[in-house]
Amino acid sequence: MGAAMVNRVVTGAHYGLRDWLLQRITAVVMFAYGVFLLGYVLLHPGLDYNAWTGLFSSQVVRAFSLLFLLAVYFHAWIGVRDVVMDYVKPAGIRLTIYVLVVLALLLYVIWSVIILWGI
Amino acid sequence: MNKERPKHLDLSKIRLPLPGFVSITHRITGVLLFLALPLLLAVLQNSLRSVQTYTQLAEILHHPFAKLVLFGVVWAAIQHTCSGIRFLMIDLDIGKRLAQARTSSKITLAASFVLTLLAWVRLW
Repeated sequence: MGAAMVNRVVTGAHYGLRDWLLQRITAVVMFAYGVFLLGYVLLHPGLDYNAWTGLFSSQVVRAFSLLFLLAVYFHAWIGVRDVVMDYVKPAGIRLTIYVLVVLALLLYVIWSVIILWGI
Repeated sequence: MNKERPKHLDLSKIRLPLPGFVSITHRITGVLLFLALPLLLAVLQNSLRSVQTYTQLAEILHHPFAKLVLFGVVWAAIQHTCSGIRFLMIDLDIGKRLAQARTSSKITLAASFVLTLLAWVRLW
């Protein structure tokens, strides 16, 4: 722990532009899915259980749904990370929140696959 | 040159401009939506799992407290989407000037208010 050691910080890598772009791409994916699902529900008034599961029995819809959910999780990670970066200064607490958020999102990925293909 | 300059760093004395208000609202609704994720996944799961869980879910969602939570999530999603579209447009160099940024902030807030109202009427 020499004083001459370079003071390295755990922030400021080179992910800025990539994440900025990813945040926008995932936003467009989520919007497209939102329009699709909202449109479907509005065009099918009196939607019941059979019609609802019928929609999700299609592999294309399942894949699109998973793509949407993955977009949500990436988007959530970048967004929450940026917010935490701005307001939570102590490195320990910040790291703890990061780890918890990443673990939660990874669990959501597994959960999403179970929901979509486990039925 | 040791001029006493006015410092305006007291947040309570700084009036947040409208575009700033839209920005912080985008952050708050974003965090709220993140926190709502397990709830929304549970809703999706129960809506698909079986007729029993589907009917049960429909009953639960009729409860006033559930409606309130759902209303909050719907509002957050709509508000976040509207301000998100605004940010995307600013990225595309649309509405970058101050006056336009103020106008688009007003449009964003008005649009999300109207859309939330529409969703509310449609859902109940």
